[in-house]
Amino acid sequence: MSGSFRRLISSRSTAVLLASLGAGTMATGVLLNENSSLAAEAKKKLYPPSSDYPDLRKHNNCMASALTPAVYAKLRDKVTPNNWTLDQCIQTGVDNPGHPFIKTVGCVAGDEESYEVFAELFDPVIKDRHNGYDPRTMKHPTDLDASKITHGIFDENYVLSSRVRTGRSIRGLSLPPACSRAERREVERVAVTALAGLKGDLAGHYYSLGDMTEKEQQQLIDDHFLFDKPVSPLLTCAFMARDWPDARGIWHNNDKTFLIWINEEDHTRVISMEKGGNMKRVFERFCSGLKQVEHLIQERGWEFMWNERLGYILTCPSNLGTGLRAGVHVRLPKLSKDPRFSKILNNLRLQKRGTGGVDTAATGDTFDISNLDRLGKSEVELVQLVVNGVNYLIECEKKLEKGQDIQVPPPLAQFKK
Amino acid sequence: CLKAIMPFGNTHNNFKLNYKVEEEFPDLSKHNNHMAKALTKEIYGKLRDKQTPSGYTLDDVIQTGVDNPGHPFIMTVGCVAGDEESYEVFKDLLDPIISDRHGGYKSTDKHKTDLNFENLKGGDDLDPNYVLSSRVRTGRSIKGYTLPPHNSRGERRAIEKLAVEALTSLDGEFKGKYYPLKSMTDAEQEQLISDHFLFDKPVSPLLTCAGMARDWPDARGIWHNDNKTFLVWVNEEDHLRVISMQKGGNMREVFRRFCVGLQKIEEIFKKHNHGFMWNEHLGYILTCPSNLGTGLRGGVHVKLPKLSTHAKFEEILTRLRLQKRGTGGVDTASVGGVFDISNADRLGSSEVEQVQLVVDGVKLMVEMEKKLEKGEAIDSMIPAQK
Repeated sequence: MSGSFRRLISSRSTAVLLASLGAGTMATGVLLNENSSLAAEAKKKLYPPSSDYPDLRKHNNCMASALTPAVYAKLRDKVTPNNWTLDQCIQTGVDNPGHPFIKTVGCVAGDEESYEVFAELFDPVIKDRHNGYDPRTMKHPTDLDASKITHGIFDENYVLSSRVRTGRSIRGLSLPPACSRAERREVERVAVTALAGLKGDLAGHYYSLGDMTEKEQQQLIDDHFLFDKPVSPLLTCAFMARDWPDARGIWHNNDKTFLIWINEEDHTRVISMEKGGNMKRVFERFCSGLKQVEHLIQERGWEFMWNERLGYILTCPSNLGTGLRAGVHVRLPKLSKDPRFSKILNNLRLQKRGTGGVDTAATGDTFDISNLDRLGKSEVELVQLVVNGVNYLIECEKKLEKGQDIQVPPPLAQFKK
Repeated sequence: CLKAIMPFGNTHNNFKLNYKVEEEFPDLSKHNNHMAKALTKEIYGKLRDKQTPSGYTLDDVIQTGVDNPGHPFIMTVGCVAGDEESYEVFKDLLDPIISDRHGGYKSTDKHKTDLNFENLKGGDDLDPNYVLSSRVRTGRSIKGYTLPPHNSRGERRAIEKLAVEALTSLDGEFKGKYYPLKSMTDAEQEQLISDHFLFDKPVSPLLTCAGMARDWPDARGIWHNDNKTFLVWVNEEDHLRVISMQKGGNMREVFRRFCVGLQKIEEIFKKHNHGFMWNEHLGYILTCPSNLGTGLRGGVHVKLPKLSTHAKFEEILTRLRLQKRGTGGVDTASVGGVFDISNADRLGSSEVEQVQLVVDGVKLMVEMEKKLEKGEAIDSMIPAQK
């Protein structure tokens, strides 16, 4: 990379400017043979892309489906302005072949530019994961106006708790797979400084993972707030556990209803939650909190990674768009035993998880029910979809209690025409 | 300006050079490993923008030590080499670590290589009632390729191809077969497990945080001779791990086979212009600085139920320059009074010298065990520091 280009991107504001141009400047990437030495040229000849192409014959993930030898050959020698490569994006998918029934994504972004420089891989992956959404032709709607939500208070005989989460990345800093220690500490500093400016019901406190006391740790565990060093190979093979626990921490408000994870799988994970069924209030706090945090970082010259093709930019392609998972813990003893349960969920664009979160099994009759989709629908649309869907599930449960029959609803449309 | 050539390593982030040394320096306040002891802000500042010709950086070298703080009682190394040149480019960090780990070895010292098994005295008469098995292992890196923390799939496959070519050309007592990890049958796998030959995908974070499990099981495999006494691991923690072993106490025969086999293999690699990585200061170059020099661990599984509970057991081992492990290998506990006893040194003494220490030391400890069985004291037998 030429010295002048590096000076150009060395200032944060310039990086912000360039990044917000989106498809233009970064699209071509920086080919390795600019300014490379004879050794680099020799190495490339000795190891053509075909010699490095991963063996994906036993693999079942989106990356393995999309990464043809031709795509690999085209992209192998490209780097993002941050020197992030294709091999680094796909390492997690090579190391984790996946499961015949569960199709994982199999690749991550190291920075905002990854989605551009390696678009020939990421675009088909995004299409595969997000029901045919085409980043080349479609636009993603962002809508954080919580007042639009209707019927957002659930029957608390069934719904035990309500929660909305998303992620946000700080533009100009590399993502968790690629960030250096200084960048990660900068993310922490930017986020914690902004959060310190929250007031009223959002006023709170930051707990650094490395410095918290035993007592604080126990309290956070009891509140179900604490996150631990990742053990899932999906994350560790993507380099996200490096330097643990440096610059990782948890911030939450005094009411314990608004929580931010710093430098776990994304720069920030933002969570609004409370016991009971008032999803509308949870989403109101979510939107209000997010907007205030965004305002506070903008005051200091920072902003979130976002563009109109992909919405909010996060580490895993599965979280692009809204990055939003809105869900409830709900008791459905009769409905969950009905053979039509999965089909009903599917048609409502909902998914079930155990009460421990992703990849856990349900205990008893209580399920975590949340939206399947992330990209192509706005936050308001997705939360309303969850509200409507959960209300429908509760209606079904009540009907089954009375010995009445239930109906499988027609499938919801995928994208607005 | 950083010009990564084959940027495998997760630390090729250019933006970090815009941050001051203090901002990038790892937090090592809770760490107990050689890297954490040796790495100062000055050294970090001096080396952080350097890279080897293949693009390996200081942050790559130290990542495993940053991610694994260690244990108050066990001092791990906390860094790895990505290629032969790492030991040169990052010598300001690695030399003090090598000195600390290898008994004060100086950057001007020269290492002796002696693979002439005839120079070993004795070693064929360890009592098989006590010594259950004997084994010698080492590692070899193939010149012209980067090491397991850093190599690409293309390189790893080229290493496998060359290794298989070399090994399958062996004959006589060395005639054998290669079992690639990714295509072995269930039956083959069962057999290799029963023979205690099979190695698995590393789970130790010491290895995984150094990038050594990438692309598993691509280009990994096991070769062994028909007699099951000579075994080579391909692309595990080093390019090659070479193991000679057999039941009983004839360490001399194990070492003979080890030396002869290694020399045969080396000749074939040299013919392809890919000899082994070696220099006269560090001996054989391997991924972990702890294995420099001979890379040799010669040892036995030996029954020492009484001696192992004697108050002076640890001291005896130290004086004999030996170390104990459980029968499952490194980081395991002993079962039924049976210990894995091997040489502690790797760098600064030759293969013959190290195996001699094992042979003499184990012979002495077996005699001590016999004395303790008879209820006699062993104080007069405790040796001086070797």
